[in-house]
Amino acid sequence: MRRVKAFGRFWWEFILGDDWRIAAGLAVALGLCALLVHEDLAAWWLLPLAVLGLLAESLRRATRGSD
Amino acid sequence: MSAVFLFLAAFLASAVEMVEALTIVLAVGVTRGWRSALAGVGVATVMLAVIIAGLGPALHRVPIDALRLVVGFLLLAFGLQWLRKAILRASGFKALHDEDEIFLQEREEARHAARDVRLGIDWYSFVLCFKGVLLEGLEVAFIVITFGSTQGDVPLAAAAAGAALVLVAAVGAVVRAPLSRVPENTLKFTVGIMLTTFGIFWASEGTGVSWPGGELALLGVLAFVALSSLALVRLLRRQHARLLPLGAHR
Repeated sequence: MRRVKAFGRFWWEFILGDDWRIAAGLAVALGLCALLVHEDLAAWWLLPLAVLGLLAESLRRATRGSD
Repeated sequence: MSAVFLFLAAFLASAVEMVEALTIVLAVGVTRGWRSALAGVGVATVMLAVIIAGLGPALHRVPIDALRLVVGFLLLAFGLQWLRKAILRASGFKALHDEDEIFLQEREEARHAARDVRLGIDWYSFVLCFKGVLLEGLEVAFIVITFGSTQGDVPLAAAAAGAALVLVAAVGAVVRAPLSRVPENTLKFTVGIMLTTFGIFWASEGTGVSWPGGELALLGVLAFVALSSLALVRLLRRQHARLLPLGAHR
């Protein structure tokens, strides 16, 4: 059981790292992208803006304690 | 064009991970002898080769759009971690990665660890080098497999990682000291930008997006990610400077 937990923790750290909200936000942004494509709307602009927003918000949270 | 990007991204990312693995191996080798340290490196390398050989061909069976979506998502999650840390380091909110200090710390720990010899191998040296090379190597393998399979050119990505291995190993063998002069944060910043760029491009394509200008859009995405990241560093540097006591500016 301990090894399974350690294995899970390794992959969690490896892929999600310090801020799981980034990965969750990316999943939502990709879902919206697919929705726009499905509706025949241009969606190429969405992911770059979402990535910038998620990164900025994550950095704000990381540095907030320093205020 | 994307072949050059692919090579550069795989080369730089692999080099950064290999410098970290080299620091551990050098610290152990210098203090406790090279035999067991190199045995750990060898076994970890064989295990990595098995993982790559097993995963690489399996990915060919996955439809390309699904592969691009998953790989793009993973690269984004991974790339943004690197970029986030590099921005925090560049702006002063996080201490810079210091290979010299890590080397000294590892060396001190290695010096004081008990000697447990099994089958003629110093177990502490073997396990530490095995773990270091396997964990850092897994990150290299992840990058090589994802980049290579999505771009349809695993051999090129593997060649880039091989070139990085030769370079880092050669420099390590010559200097026999941690590669402290490698501007590691700059490299991580660059790699983070590249992984994020590829991630945005492929994950979007995976959802069915058509980029204006096709592959040329990669350059636009690269410029967007790079400029945004530099702007964030500038913003955070100003914020960090405001937090420093007045005397620190003089």
